[in-house]
Amino acid sequence: MTEELDAGLIAEQVEEHPEAIDQPDPTRHIGRPLKRKEDRRLITGRTRWTDNIQLPGLMHMAIVRSPVAHARINRVDVSGALDRPGVIAAFSAADLGDALGTLPCAWPVTADMVHPDHHPLATDEVRHVGEAVAVVVATDRYAAADATEAVEVDYEPLPAVTDMEEALKDEVLVHADKGTNKTYLWPFDGGDYDAARAQAEAEGGIVFKRRYIQQRLIPAAMEPRAVVVEPLTEGDEYTVYSATQIPHILRLMLALTCDIPEQQIRVIAPDVGGGFGSKLNVYAEEVIALVVARKLGRPVKWTESRSEGFQATIHGRDQIQDIEIAATRDGRILGLSVDLKADMGAYLQLVTPGIPVLGAFMYNAIYKMDAYRFRCTGVFTTKTPTDAYRGAGRPEATYAIERIMTDLAYELGIDPIELRRRNWIKHEEFPYATIAGLTYDSGNYEAATERALELFGYDELRREQQERRDRNDPVQLGLGISTFTEMCGLAPSRVLGSLSYGAGGWEAASIRMLPSGKVEVVTGTTPHGQGHLTAWSQIAADALGVPFEDVNVIFGDTQSSPVGMDTYGSRSLVVGGVAVHLAARKVVDKARKVAAHLLEAAEGDVEFSGGTFSVKGSPDAKTTIQEVSLATFAAHNLPDGMEPTINADAVLDPENFSFPHGTHLCAVEVDTETGRPTIRKYVAVDDIGNVINPLIVEGQVHGGLAQGIAQALYEEAVYDSDANLVTGTMVDYLVPSAADLPEFTTDRTETPSTTNPLGVKGVGEAGTIASTPAVVGAVVDAVHHFGVQEIRMPTTPERVWRAINDSGSDGGGRAAEGTIAYGGPQTSTTAGGAE
Amino acid sequence: MAKIEVTVDGVRYHDEVEPRLLLVHYLRERLGKVGTPIGCDTSNCGACTVHVDGVSVKSCTMLAVQADGTQITTIEGLAQNGQLHPVQQAFHDNHALQCGFCTPGMIMASVDLLQHNPSPSDEEIRHGLEGNLCRCTGYQNIVRAVRQAAEKSAEVTA
Repeated sequence: MTEELDAGLIAEQVEEHPEAIDQPDPTRHIGRPLKRKEDRRLITGRTRWTDNIQLPGLMHMAIVRSPVAHARINRVDVSGALDRPGVIAAFSAADLGDALGTLPCAWPVTADMVHPDHHPLATDEVRHVGEAVAVVVATDRYAAADATEAVEVDYEPLPAVTDMEEALKDEVLVHADKGTNKTYLWPFDGGDYDAARAQAEAEGGIVFKRRYIQQRLIPAAMEPRAVVVEPLTEGDEYTVYSATQIPHILRLMLALTCDIPEQQIRVIAPDVGGGFGSKLNVYAEEVIALVVARKLGRPVKWTESRSEGFQATIHGRDQIQDIEIAATRDGRILGLSVDLKADMGAYLQLVTPGIPVLGAFMYNAIYKMDAYRFRCTGVFTTKTPTDAYRGAGRPEATYAIERIMTDLAYELGIDPIELRRRNWIKHEEFPYATIAGLTYDSGNYEAATERALELFGYDELRREQQERRDRNDPVQLGLGISTFTEMCGLAPSRVLGSLSYGAGGWEAASIRMLPSGKVEVVTGTTPHGQGHLTAWSQIAADALGVPFEDVNVIFGDTQSSPVGMDTYGSRSLVVGGVAVHLAARKVVDKARKVAAHLLEAAEGDVEFSGGTFSVKGSPDAKTTIQEVSLATFAAHNLPDGMEPTINADAVLDPENFSFPHGTHLCAVEVDTETGRPTIRKYVAVDDIGNVINPLIVEGQVHGGLAQGIAQALYEEAVYDSDANLVTGTMVDYLVPSAADLPEFTTDRTETPSTTNPLGVKGVGEAGTIASTPAVVGAVVDAVHHFGVQEIRMPTTPERVWRAINDSGSDGGGRAAEGTIAYGGPQTSTTAGGAE
Repeated sequence: MAKIEVTVDGVRYHDEVEPRLLLVHYLRERLGKVGTPIGCDTSNCGACTVHVDGVSVKSCTMLAVQADGTQITTIEGLAQNGQLHPVQQAFHDNHALQCGFCTPGMIMASVDLLQHNPSPSDEEIRHGLEGNLCRCTGYQNIVRAVRQAAEKSAEVTA
């Protein structure tokens, strides 16, 4: 695999970028499963989590949070806390006044979007359980926590609203001054959906709709959020340590929010223990800590407890999807219409409104169609704000399209794989302009699907399924299919601009050639588990011809890696990693000039391979890049007029998104007596183009699968009718353990991206995006012959049992209690589970 | 305040602590043993797992005063003389960690698991580590790592 990959990569690079590599180098690092450089510290406990930081005079901060979802605040009295032992200060919003500013939302998706103020400490009203109301600062964390109980808040209850359709009636307003709970309506039209629908009806085709519910999820990165702010002794200057994915963006936003000159804030993301989007934000506590440290002139630390985080850190998903498909009788999709309602929660966090909009471009997925209509309505409710959670809009879209494709197959009596074949973009049709306005650069859905079917044993499992049905086996078998793609590698800045996103999508890299011949790579990406130290070392080592061990990578500190757009949206490799490659090529170009000078040769005659410059036709005339580096440092003998450096920077603005794809197949056994679904087999064949480190890639896929499967089977943030978070601790919210997940079979096909010189695509979110519909599709498939059309996620044993037992034997697809299903074939069709 | 005497990673400490002080806070904030992290407040995640007298304990479920007179090993004391413990090595070899936050607890729990069951099946590994949550790896490589550590240990003792 590795050797094939190397050959393919080199051939592609030489073809696309002949200047990149003079000749293939057998000592390449790219494509090899090198063990991670990161691990040594992490497996021995020599870590630098934000909560580890101790500073002289460090104060601890605890937040008083609203116990009710919606209430008017008549009074906040912090004086009781001040009398408690160890307490240094306590503040309400009124005590801190304008210093707190309002929290930023950087993605106003429409010009008329309703954008309420979001104060770090609530002023007149609280709008979700867990909203911050006051802050207590003490000498240690126990004292601070104790003293929060002495803060008195007079809440005058207001009605809560948790259900989006209820909220859209505007009877209970989350923000009374705005007069509506509707945040925005974001429309998109590709082609004429009404015409496509009319054609289906006129030609005896099929039109039907489904409703899918994307339950609310809690990201639950293993490291809770934490922030430490250290005021520097001189002047209005601060070092902010935060468990964040976005130190660069956070620095800018803190400067703007708190009105502190940006150059006086340094943000450090030390070791960060996972994020999955939940640390892609600017949080109230980061602002409060900065303001408190500024006011008191002492360093302060805040670390959330897990239960606190469940209320105060963003949630994910929470959408209602009404989707309608129009197709010909032989299964060709004519059009797709999506009406989406997306729960914003009570406020707009950094990119809250844009998350469902990211999904807008993915409902059409890998399929060709004539028309696509998309409407997204953002809705305020009295719940914790939603925002980016692994996949962010794309898992939701993929779920809906993959589920309805399988339903279309049921309705038409076509095998679901065959139906997909009839509709997907063929490998020879790339680049392909989709109905949603994107251009997919490359892909091979046929190859990935063939490989997945082979590993899965699809035909054999179908036979077994039929046998189990025939003998009315208490354990039924279902097969789920997800032939997904996704858009990632955020993103071309101009495209982000056209979507009203507040920033660009470029990424920066610098290469510093040290006098000793060692190399420092400075990257603007901010890893929190992704292994950039290892992968960027591989990229730099190959481009520079230096040993992997000789490369260090610097990140996560706005002082030492000052330029960056950080890590989210599976962007790090395809933007940041490629920027490292480009910067390294610039280093080689500069070094070649020095080498030519030292070797007294024409620059055009100097070749570079494996870290050595040599002169064409003079095999003995050579010098290494390390020797050139030292010679440049000394600068005694450089070409006339040359700056004494071979260091180089690159800032890459990608020309397109990245479109990884793959085929995931899942077999689920359902015990019809208990309703319990059990994954029997899971096969994931992903195509992410060329691979830098297969070990890391496999790990990303495994972790992504776990989170997607968790949505399908286990996780749901449940609110009661008063908008209390019922699943408020890890006791109630089921983050799966090793015992809850199966062994995965993973493999890859490799169709290089054509839009970057490494031929790479993103992988961080693929597993999560792909897996949920494969699993739920399999659960439903196992009981479809009982007339079950839909089971709401997570498909718990209770829900599955109810679906089986509440459905009729007429195969009419009736809704089961606790499930939501409506609609049905609007034209005549084969009903139920005909194959 | 209560007096305690504990040995942590080979160093003996005499201390006075509040009776309510959790062991994990004692380790982290008093002794600076920050290699042991805290991932939850309900004893679900297992990130804070250490060994007390050789047995794995979630150090958020124990008071410092309860540890009086015990020998505690944290992730920081597992490697001996610069030599990684076979489970640490196996975690590295099998890419059984990504962000690394659950890793100290996961490794300490795995060491304990193998002490009780030197050649576990994959299912026994999965059930044995049920009390330790990881959000990054999907557990597959953790199971591989524990299996490999068990196999290596078997080779050594054979």
